[in-house]
Amino acid sequence: MKLVSAIIKPFKLDEVREALSAIGVQGITVTEVKGFGRQKGHTELYRGAEYVVDFLPKVKLEIAIANELLDQVVESIESAARTGKIGDGKIFVMDLEQVVRIRTGETGADAV
Amino acid sequence: MKKLSIGASALLSALFAAPSFANLPQLVATSTISGGDTAWMLTSTALVLFMTIPGLALFYAGMVRKKNVLSTLMQSFAICAMITVLWAVIGYSLAFMPGNPYIGGLDRLFLDGMLYLKDEAKLTVHPLAASIPEGVFMMFQMTFAIITPALIAGAFAERMKFSSMMVFMALWSLLVYVPVAHWVWAPGGWMADHGVLDFAGGTVVHINAGIAGLVAALVLGKRIGYGREAMAPHNLVLTMVGASMLWVGWFGFNAGSAVAADGRAAMAMVATQVATGMAALAWMAAEWIAKGKPSVLGIVSGAVAGLVAITPAAGFVDAKGALAIGLISGLLCYWTATSLKHMLKYDDSLDAFGVHGVGGLVGAILTGVFAVKEIGGVEGSVMTQTVGALATAVYCAIVTFALLKIIEAVMGLRVSEEEEREGLDVALHGERIE
Repeated sequence: MKLVSAIIKPFKLDEVREALSAIGVQGITVTEVKGFGRQKGHTELYRGAEYVVDFLPKVKLEIAIANELLDQVVESIESAARTGKIGDGKIFVMDLEQVVRIRTGETGADAV
Repeated sequence: MKKLSIGASALLSALFAAPSFANLPQLVATSTISGGDTAWMLTSTALVLFMTIPGLALFYAGMVRKKNVLSTLMQSFAICAMITVLWAVIGYSLAFMPGNPYIGGLDRLFLDGMLYLKDEAKLTVHPLAASIPEGVFMMFQMTFAIITPALIAGAFAERMKFSSMMVFMALWSLLVYVPVAHWVWAPGGWMADHGVLDFAGGTVVHINAGIAGLVAALVLGKRIGYGREAMAPHNLVLTMVGASMLWVGWFGFNAGSAVAADGRAAMAMVATQVATGMAALAWMAAEWIAKGKPSVLGIVSGAVAGLVAITPAAGFVDAKGALAIGLISGLLCYWTATSLKHMLKYDDSLDAFGVHGVGGLVGAILTGVFAVKEIGGVEGSVMTQTVGALATAVYCAIVTFALLKIIEAVMGLRVSEEEEREGLDVALHGERIE
């Protein structure tokens, strides 16, 4: 099992969700986050007072999947979230040791 | 003994010169009242009150950080309530009753003598407004007395103790606003006698509030973290809505200052609208050219600067004069709020001085340049206007400074560092917006 964690541009969330549903992903956890990468921040100007905003708003997705879905999931996120401009985000892939479905007590691949 | 009493009576008569009877409000037949004028002045009074609550309150509240929104709204609202009471008890009397050139008399303490007698079909009218009931005139003037201290609050936003603010505003209203209003507007006031032109309060309201704001910003000092931490406005939607209410309400302020529904009110309305549009564009354009982007905060600030600057001139100038006043005030206020303030390193949080002080000074002086005799019946004089503006600024600065220093010694001016960091909403009022 794998845990895929993706940081994407907020307005791409719907497209990514649709792409993932289309390949059979059963669940996603979404968090609003802030951060910086190569895109850096931007400056805001209020009556001459300049503020550098270092952390830009992004959306973080967490998806637990079976190993065989991994390549499809990564490709789907990559193509749906890409604008080609700086700041499109990153995808992290991690091994997942255990999953438990709380309602039934199922574990492992059955619980994903 | 006799000598002494003569001396005393001479002194008394110098202080409280025998009021000329003609300047006291007269009891007249209700039939002399103009329904049209009265209807417009009732409307104007409501419009000007609306400028403070919620107009100015929202304008300011949008510019502060989220932790200080309610405390900023609270200042405008509490000032509104407090000045209402003070004005009825003594402020109106000292400002608008005959007295000496420097302060009015006590003929309207608790509004005693302001009459409406239904059975006799008589009521009192003020000599400045002979076609409307004195009650409407008193109320109209009250709304000006309310907005002036509320404007000052922008200079010390996010750091002043509420209790000290209330004490300061009460004393400031009686010791600064009331006398200056008397000098400029009351029959027999020394500036009125010298021909200082102030149609709707450029000197009395805006120079006064702007200078008091500057002094307050200097005496209180900067907010913690000013210049180092981000202090971006939390919601410019509120600011834009508030500025729009100010713009609309200003027709009551300026066109209402004709104290009649007549041609002069129409001219004042025209000048107000034209100058405001021009000033908004001027600020926007200057910012666009200098900084690369036209901002919402910029264009609404420009509009308010134009409204301030046209205030003394509305009712004296034509459309061309209004355009010129709008252009100059928009550019100068932009420069003060965005450059001068940072160069001189004072923390006028919401630019009470940058917009109202500078706009007021520009407007007062330019009224002398652009006054058209056919409209206002008087020639303007730059010299007279400048003397009036400077005299007000100096008097206001001295008394404001003294008041703040006394209050600082007795009860302190600023909240504690902890309270300031936590935010005034929770620290002073036990509430927050989310």
